[in-house]
Amino acid sequence: MSLVFAGIMSHGPGMTARAERADPAVRDPFYAALEQMREALEQSRPDALMVVAAEHFANFFMNNMPAYAIGMADEYDGPIEDPEWLRIPHRTIPGAADLSRRVIGKVMEKIDVAYAEEWKFDHGIMVPLSFLTPRFDLPVIPANINCQGPPLTPLYRAYEFGRAIRAACDVLPERIALVGTGGISHWPATPNSGKINVEWDREFLSRWTRNDRDALTAYTDLETLRDAGQGGFEIRTLIAVAGAGEGHTGQIWFCEPIPIFATSGFVAVMDVKPAF
Amino acid sequence: MTLYRLQKLIYELNRDRGVQEAFTLDRENLLSRYRLSEEEAEAIRKDDIGKLYILGVNGQILMHFAAWRGFAWDEYIQAMKDALAEHGQVRDGIYAAVDDGEGGAV
Repeated sequence: MSLVFAGIMSHGPGMTARAERADPAVRDPFYAALEQMREALEQSRPDALMVVAAEHFANFFMNNMPAYAIGMADEYDGPIEDPEWLRIPHRTIPGAADLSRRVIGKVMEKIDVAYAEEWKFDHGIMVPLSFLTPRFDLPVIPANINCQGPPLTPLYRAYEFGRAIRAACDVLPERIALVGTGGISHWPATPNSGKINVEWDREFLSRWTRNDRDALTAYTDLETLRDAGQGGFEIRTLIAVAGAGEGHTGQIWFCEPIPIFATSGFVAVMDVKPAF
Repeated sequence: MTLYRLQKLIYELNRDRGVQEAFTLDRENLLSRYRLSEEEAEAIRKDDIGKLYILGVNGQILMHFAAWRGFAWDEYIQAMKDALAEHGQVRDGIYAAVDDGEGGAV
């Protein structure tokens, strides 16, 4: 089988924690685009959903920080944050240990990925799941890229990570959906939270929808920090999904700044079009 | 190196209920295990979220820690703004303020 769905979306905790404070004129169409993504995901009939998220020091710390990690358990739990703060109740989320093991084995042929049989989901995964699988009933394979503790993996390696995920999907019998989550430009968890570089976001998504590998991987971290904030380092998760969709192009379903969510709310999909 | 240990304390507090209980029962004993500077320890003792931000604690772990310590979102953002005005720019890490800390969705 193969990759049956590939998309990207924002994951800011404000999407659930501060929903009522967002401008409805922007928030509601954003949520409608997420609903459209949920429907497209369901229609792809995935056996499992792989979520490529940004490490937020929820599971790994600087005593042993993997550039890439994939979960390998039959269940996970989350959110790690105060559930009342995030407004997502604590729960167990199904995993797929056997499938994870086989995905990891194939990815390892190209990328030295760490694996983890324990994983606490933070907002980076829980917020997307709350929109895409609101019953939390689809087995999840969490994946993680270090976007917090420099030195960070080069962008071209993030693209290669996505290509390795795609190669794994291509040889496994299960139907696997892939969602990358992260901000584009943002300055989260600072006094500037809510600052967004709209033009930078649009340019990035233009590169993403064209699946222009060279343009996507041309940003230096210094440029990203200057123009897109430290939150911009999370583009690695989005670039990985582009790598998984190499040879395909994408569509932007929504992208507008929502300052109380700390980022642009965005939804985009890569047209991977499985033939079955 | 002490910033590393300060962040590790907060990382472990954020994800380990046992460490949270130790923090609640005997904060000084817990602090002694991490060999913090006096400035760092005092910021923890006082729940001084703004000072922890200035000291360079990573924003992601500080955001979760602030929520656990009962800071509402606006209080948390305001604490960082106030500390920036009082102490100046963030001393370490990648979460320095820009635009003099202006703006933000409060």
